[in-house]
Amino acid sequence: MSGENVKIVENATCTFCGCVCDDMVLTVDLDQKRITKAKNACILGRAWYAEHYIEEDAPAAMIDGKPASIDEAVEEAAKTLVDAKFPITYGLSDTTCEAQKQAVAIADIIKGSIDTTTSVCHGPSGIAFQGVGESTMTLGEVKNRADLVIYWGGNPAESHPRHFGRYAVTAKGMFTPRGKKDRTVVVVDVRKTPSVPAANQFIQVKPGKDFELLWALRALVKNRKISPNIEEITGVSLETIQALVDKMKNCRYGALFFGMGLTMTRGRHFNSGALIALATDLNEYTHFVAKPVRGHGNVTGADNVMSWQTGYPFGVNFSRGFPRFNPGEFTTVDLLAKKDVDAALIIASDPASNFPQAAIDHLAGIPVVSLDTKATMTSKLAHVAFRTATYGINTAGTVYRMDDVPITLRKAFDSPFPTDEEILTAIKKRVRALKFPKNQAGDKVPPGRASQKEHWKH
Amino acid sequence: MTECLQLAGGKVYDPANNIDGDIKDIYIEQGRIVETPSATPRKINVSGMAVMPGGVDIHCHIAGPKVNLARKLQPEDHRLDPHPGTEQTRSGVGGSVPSTFATGYRYATLGYTTAMEAAVSPIGARHAIEEFHDTPVIDKGFYVLLGNNIFLQQLLREGRKEEFRHAVAWWINATKAYTTKLVNPGGDEPWKGKKNSRVGNIDEKSDVIEVSPRQVIDAFIGAVNELGLPHPPHIHCNNLGHSGNFDTTLETMKTAGDRRVHLAHIQFHSYGGEPGKNPKSASRQIAEYVNSHPNITCDVGQVMFGKSTIMTADSALAYTLRGFKKAKWVNADTECESGCGILPFSYQEHIYVHALQWAIGLELFLLSEDPWRIVLSTDHPNGGSFMNYPKLIRLLMDREFRKEEIKRVNQKAVKRTLLNELDREYTLNEIAIITRAGPARALGLKNKGHMGPGADADITIYDEMEDKEAMFNAPRYVVKSGNLIIENHEFRRDYTGKFLHTEPGYDASIVDQVKPFFENYYSIEFDNYAVDDSYLHDHEVIASSP
Amino acid sequence: MPETMLLVPGRSSKQGTSLNKGKFEDEYQEITSLVEMNEEDMVRLGFNNGDKLRLKNPVGETIVTCKSKKATDLPHGMIFIAYGPGSSRLMESDTAGSGMPLSKHLPVQVEKIG
Repeated sequence: MSGENVKIVENATCTFCGCVCDDMVLTVDLDQKRITKAKNACILGRAWYAEHYIEEDAPAAMIDGKPASIDEAVEEAAKTLVDAKFPITYGLSDTTCEAQKQAVAIADIIKGSIDTTTSVCHGPSGIAFQGVGESTMTLGEVKNRADLVIYWGGNPAESHPRHFGRYAVTAKGMFTPRGKKDRTVVVVDVRKTPSVPAANQFIQVKPGKDFELLWALRALVKNRKISPNIEEITGVSLETIQALVDKMKNCRYGALFFGMGLTMTRGRHFNSGALIALATDLNEYTHFVAKPVRGHGNVTGADNVMSWQTGYPFGVNFSRGFPRFNPGEFTTVDLLAKKDVDAALIIASDPASNFPQAAIDHLAGIPVVSLDTKATMTSKLAHVAFRTATYGINTAGTVYRMDDVPITLRKAFDSPFPTDEEILTAIKKRVRALKFPKNQAGDKVPPGRASQKEHWKH
Repeated sequence: MTECLQLAGGKVYDPANNIDGDIKDIYIEQGRIVETPSATPRKINVSGMAVMPGGVDIHCHIAGPKVNLARKLQPEDHRLDPHPGTEQTRSGVGGSVPSTFATGYRYATLGYTTAMEAAVSPIGARHAIEEFHDTPVIDKGFYVLLGNNIFLQQLLREGRKEEFRHAVAWWINATKAYTTKLVNPGGDEPWKGKKNSRVGNIDEKSDVIEVSPRQVIDAFIGAVNELGLPHPPHIHCNNLGHSGNFDTTLETMKTAGDRRVHLAHIQFHSYGGEPGKNPKSASRQIAEYVNSHPNITCDVGQVMFGKSTIMTADSALAYTLRGFKKAKWVNADTECESGCGILPFSYQEHIYVHALQWAIGLELFLLSEDPWRIVLSTDHPNGGSFMNYPKLIRLLMDREFRKEEIKRVNQKAVKRTLLNELDREYTLNEIAIITRAGPARALGLKNKGHMGPGADADITIYDEMEDKEAMFNAPRYVVKSGNLIIENHEFRRDYTGKFLHTEPGYDASIVDQVKPFFENYYSIEFDNYAVDDSYLHDHEVIASSP
Repeated sequence: MPETMLLVPGRSSKQGTSLNKGKFEDEYQEITSLVEMNEEDMVRLGFNNGDKLRLKNPVGETIVTCKSKKATDLPHGMIFIAYGPGSSRLMESDTAGSGMPLSKHLPVQVEKIG
C-alpha cells in the first residue's frame, strides 16, 4: 500500500511553463513513484505533476524501435552524428542548463548546426532585441512597482496561469501594497481571450494589424500626427489610442508583456521590435519596461547557454569551426524544409508533432537521435531513442525563468532513466573520441556541474 | 596532471620579491613555485625572455546576466571576429563582449591568468558562476552589487550597523562573492521609482530610502574592513562620466578617511568643468589625493579608441549616453537589488570628449607616484576590450610612440591636459607591478602576482622586444597552476581555472531578519536564493582577517 | 463554395493539461482537433456543435470538430484551434528569413464533411 513512504519537497520548482514558480510543496509517494499533491501549483502545474509517472517497463534506449543497452545506443548515436555531413541539434527548452551545455559542446565538435525551440517561439523577439535593445526587468520589479501592466498578443490566463497572481496583476509589492487596486491592467488581442476578465480594459485589434497599432502609439507618444483612418486600419479608435498613450506616459512604472500573437504573425520581429521600441520611447517620460512571456520551463536558459557559449541565442552553425548565426538559414524549420540536414539530435522537443508538414516529412527520412521523457511523434520515428529522467522532478539542475533569473531544481524522487545531461555527456565523449582519435586532451576539462556518474551502470 | 618544470635562464621580473630583471631559474611543482623540486624537472630554456607572474585583471566585465545580455545584443560585433576551436579548445566569438570560451583563451593569450568580474547582482550570482565554469584557463571571482540593496538600506536608515555588517557577510556567503561592489550608491531608487531621475550630490537623501549615498559608502567601508575581506569595497562613485564629478570622487575618498577602499575606473571620475557642459581634466587633483593616501587603491579604466560596449549597473548613466548615441539600448531592472544599462559604443580620436577621456587616463598613470596602488584596466569592455592592454602598455612605456598617438587625437582636448608635458616612461618592472603584483596585492591574493616559493605557478614568458605592444600581445609560454597551457604561442591543452571567493563570518540569526523582507518583496523563494556548493568547480576560499 | 476563414492556433489550458497525459491519448487528440467558431458564423454556415469540418489551404488539410463560441468572444470569420498536429498540417514552412513559420492567422477554407 502507498501512503507510508511519503516525502515532502518544499520550494520545488515547476518547469512546465516559463513562470518557473519555485514555491511548490510536493507530496511524493516514494513507493508508487508518484507526486500525489502539488500545493501552490496552477492547473497546468497540477497536471504536470499528477500525470508524471515512471514507465518502468519502457526501455531506456531503443535502436530502430528495438530495445538496446544505453552503451550501444550512445555508440550508435555518436556514429550517426559523426557520420553526418550536416547534422542539426534541436530542442533544449525542456531540459537543464547542464544538459544544454553538453549539447552545444557536441554541436561544436561535430561542426553541426544547433537551434532551440526559441526559433519557433520568441525567436523573432530575439532578433528584435538585437536590433532595438530592450528596457526590461525581473518579475519582482513588476510586483513591487508596476502601476500599469499591458499584455499584448498573449493569453496568460491559459498559458501562464500564475503570471497574474504571482507577478503582475494581483501580486502585492513594495509600492503596490493593494495589488490589483494599485494598478491598471490592459489586454490587447485579436480575440476576447480568457485573460480579458482580469483586465481593466480590453483593446481588440484587427488580426495582423498589431504593428500598425504599435506604430500609431509610438507616433502619439512623440506627439506626431497619425492617419485619421487609424480605426479603419487597426480596429481601434483614435480616442482609445490617445487615452492609452496618456495612461502610459503618466504612469510611474509601466510594463508591457507580449506573447506569440506578435511573433507568429505577419510582421514577426517587426512587431516585437515595435513593441520594445515603444517601451524604450516611453522612458523619456517615465520608467517603462517590456518582456516577452516565454513558454517552456527553460527556454530562457537555452538562450542564455547558447549566448554565453557561442555569442548567439539560437540558429547557430559551426561548419566553419566557429559559431555563425543566421536565422532563416540555420534555424531548424528552414534547414529541414530545405532538406539541408542529414541527421538530427532532438532533445526534449517534439518537432515531428508541431513543425510545418514539409519539415516533418524531411525529418522522417533522416536518422534521428532523440532524448525525451515520454514517447513522442519524434521518438517514434527516431533511429536512436533515449528515454530520460524528467527535469525538476527526477533531476536537479538549473533553469532560467522568463526574466533570466536562474533557479536550482530540487529532485523529488529518482528515475530509473538517466538524465539528459548524462546521455549527452556520454555522447560527447564518444563523438570526441571518434572525431579526434589522437587527441583526448580536451577531456581533462572537468565536465558539467551535476554528478557525472553513469548511474545506469551501477 | 601538473608538470614539474624548470624555466631556465630567463630575465625575471618579480617586483613583490624585489627582483628586477635578474637572470634566475624558476621551478614549478604540484602547481606551485618551489625553491628546489623533488623530481627531475622538464627544463625549458627561456633565456632572452622576460619571465613575469601571470597578469591579474582587478576590474572587468566578463560573466553574468548583464554581460550575457550584451553578448546577445551584438551579433554584428561577433561576426567580424570569429574564434575558431582546435582539437584542445572550444570555439567561440570575439568582439568587445566575447563568448565565455573566447574570453578565457584570449586572456591567456595576453598572459593574464586571473580576472575579476566587477559587478554581479546577487540574484544573478548563480548565472555568473555558471559562466565562469565555461571561462577557461583563468582564475576568476566576482564582486557582488550591494550598494542599492533595499533591505541593507533599510537597516542603515534604522541605524542597525551591527546587523548591517552581518547581512553584508550573509550576502557575500550566499552569492559566493569575493567582495562588495557599490555602483552609483543610492542611485537606483530615483531611476526606477522616480521616472528615471538621478542623484547628483552624495549628501542628498532619497525620500524613499532616506539615506544618502555618503552614508551607504561609509557603512560599507566600515563593515567590509571589520569583516576583514581580502579586498575592500570596490566603489564606482556617483556621477560617473559627468563634468565636474571629481568633487564627488574626492568626497567619496574623504569618506573613507584612512580606511582601505578601492576606486574603480577612476578615469571616468576625474572630470572638471560645469555639469552639462564639456568636461576638463581634473586628474591632477585626483592623482594628488591618491598619491598622499596609502589606504586607497584604484584602477584606471583607460579609454582606448575603437569599439566598446558600455555595460554598467549605473542604469541612469547608460540612459544618459543613449541620448548621444541614439542606438540600441538595454535597461534591465533587478528587483530590490540592482539593475544595469547596456549600450554599444565607440570612442573616436576626433571627438573632444573621447580624446579628453583617453588623455585623462594616461595622465593618471603618469602622475601616479606609487605603481602599487594604480592598476591597469580598461574597465573592459566599457573603455575598450582587454585586448587593448598591449597597446596601452606601449603607450606607457614608449614616449615617442605616445607622442605620435597624441598627434592623432583632438588637439583641443590634449591642450586641456598635461599630457604633452609628461615625459615619464614606465619600466618593465613598473608594468609588472600595475598589471600583476599590484592588483594581486590590492586583492589580497597572497599566492598571486609574485614568484616566491609557495606562489601559484601562474607564469607568463614574453620574448623581449623593442615594440612593447608586440611583446605583450603574444607571450611565448603561459603556465597556469603549473600546467603549460601555451607553448611556442600555441595552445597545448585546455584548463578550467579556479573560482575565487570569500566566506566572511556572520551571526546566522541575521537570516531571520532577511527572510521576511524576502517573502514580501522578492519573486523567488528565500530558500532558492543562495547559491549552493554544487555550483563550485575547482575553487579556493581566500581567507578574511577580521 | 467553402468559406475562407482565419485560423488562429494558440495555447489553451486543456491543451496544456492533456499534453501532460500524453500526446497519444485520446484527450490530446480531441483537444487539438477541436475548432472554436463564432456562433453567428455557425448559424450562417449551417454548422452545428460536433460537426466534422475540413480545413484546407495550399499547404495541406486537416479534419476538425466544430464548437461554438459566443459572438462577443471571437470575431466573425476567425476560428481558434489549440496547437497540435492539426495546425501543423496547415503551416507553411517558409519563414521569410526569420526562422519562424507563420503559425497564426492562417487563411483556410472551411467545409462540412460527411
